Amino acid sequence: MAEPKIDLKNLKAGGFIKERGKDLFTVRLRVPGGRMSVDRLSKIAAVAQKYGKGYVHLSVRQSIELININFSDFDAVVAELGEEQQKVASCGARVRVPTACGGCEYNPNGLVDTQKSALEVDQKLFGTATGHHKFKVCFAGCPFDCPKSAINDVGFQGAVWPKLDADGCISCGLCAKSCTEGALSMGTDNKPVFDAAKCIYCGDCIKVCPTGAWSAEKKGYTVRIGGKWGRQPLVGTLYATFVPEERVVDFIAVVLAWYQEKAEGAGRVRLGDIIIREGWQSLLERLRADFPEYVVQETIAPQIIQTQLPLPGQQA
Amino acid sequence: MQSIDLRGVTCPTNFVMAKLELEDIEAGTTVEFLLDDGEPVKNVPRSLKDEGHKLLGLQEKDGYYVLTLEKGAE
Ligand code: HEM
Ligand code: SF4
Ligand code: SF4
Ligand code: SF4
Repeated sequence: MAEPKIDLKNLKAGGFIKERGKDLFTVRLRVPGGRMSVDRLSKIAAVAQKYGKGYVHLSVRQSIELININFSDFDAVVAELGEEQQKVASCGARVRVPTACGGCEYNPNGLVDTQKSALEVDQKLFGTATGHHKFKVCFAGCPFDCPKSAINDVGFQGAVWPKLDADGCISCGLCAKSCTEGALSMGTDNKPVFDAAKCIYCGDCIKVCPTGAWSAEKKGYTVRIGGKWGRQPLVGTLYATFVPEERVVDFIAVVLAWYQEKAEGAGRVRLGDIIIREGWQSLLERLRADFPEYVVQETIAPQIIQTQLPLPGQQA
Repeated sequence: MQSIDLRGVTCPTNFVMAKLELEDIEAGTTVEFLLDDGEPVKNVPRSLKDEGHKLLGLQEKDGYYVLTLEKGAE
């Protein structure tokens, strides 16, 4: 065999995607949570300028993709990006780079540190082979859910459970006005009345209250599992509430282990379809063993989205 | 009490206008802002609280809201 022109170990992890043209590849860079330092961005720009097409593509999962890279330049690209600072992403049947919104650091809605969670998952689980299909994780800072957590294999959404200290309340009425879910109304004593059955954990009451009468009794992630998009989309369903930030990696690891085991022999099948096949009870009970205080009583199967294709009665 | 009418002004312009108005007002003074229902009444009070002002109350009038607040120290 001829001496390979490039270091094939660079290819193994994936992240090099064949393009249309001869010898040309897209190089997908690893940008967990979509945050990138300006220094790194300049470095990437320089490499893209030198080896690429004159533009990059921002993928829908927050990665930067270098376009039109000749495969003979792989080693140079990897070296010039600086392996420690900028790693190449993955593709194939692996845990992908997690996505996240900006979270609480500067976004006024954020309830949890999504960036920290995304980095931690990236460091500890990125690239883990599932044996079956890709596995996507996403973190949203609050129930607005801009990054669309529920269409990931495991989607996390920041949440708080509000608690009222009625003595601190000055009866301004702002919390009741702020709650779009109808969980708060002003009572006859001019203090808010909390209808817990309607609360979706957004924390808007806490954020608006001028006196701190509302505070967070508990905080963590709402977790939905089994989502995906693509040809046959599924929306993930609820498995746990208020999972603490520090247990996120363990939680994903249990889901991964269940997937690896239950999809054995199924081929290239996503988690949501395995849940439909095995029944959600199996996964829910597996999670309950390790996370009894967070797992919900029951859930439903991943929700099938009607794509309306093929058209009924369509013909050649 | 000074009353600042922010009706008909959308987010985030209403908040920026409130902020500019507050610059000319002494700390500790109570002022009121007239706000449209919907996004304005949901967003503006919270943002003013984040800026360090003390929200005092919210009252519904015919189709709009009156937010009273005390200007915070710099
Ligand atoms: C003060 C209010 C809001 C703020 C500060 C805010 C902020 C943001 C930010 C920063 C993003 C980009 C997130 C990212 O890509 O990392 C975003 C996207 C998004 N937001 Fe909001 N948002 C607000 C209200 C809302 C509301 C009320 C809704 C829906 C009812 C909403 C739905 C969405 C959706 C669906 C996206 C994704 C858009 C896309 O991918 O094209 N947001 N928002
Ligand atoms: S999900 Fe919440 S915290 Fe994240 S960007 Fe959207 S509004 Fe902000
Ligand atoms: S957390 Fe959100 S939904 Fe729950 S009571 Fe407060 S404002 Fe309403
Ligand atoms: S926002 Fe705070 S002070 Fe105002 S009514 Fe609600 S609990 Fe009371």
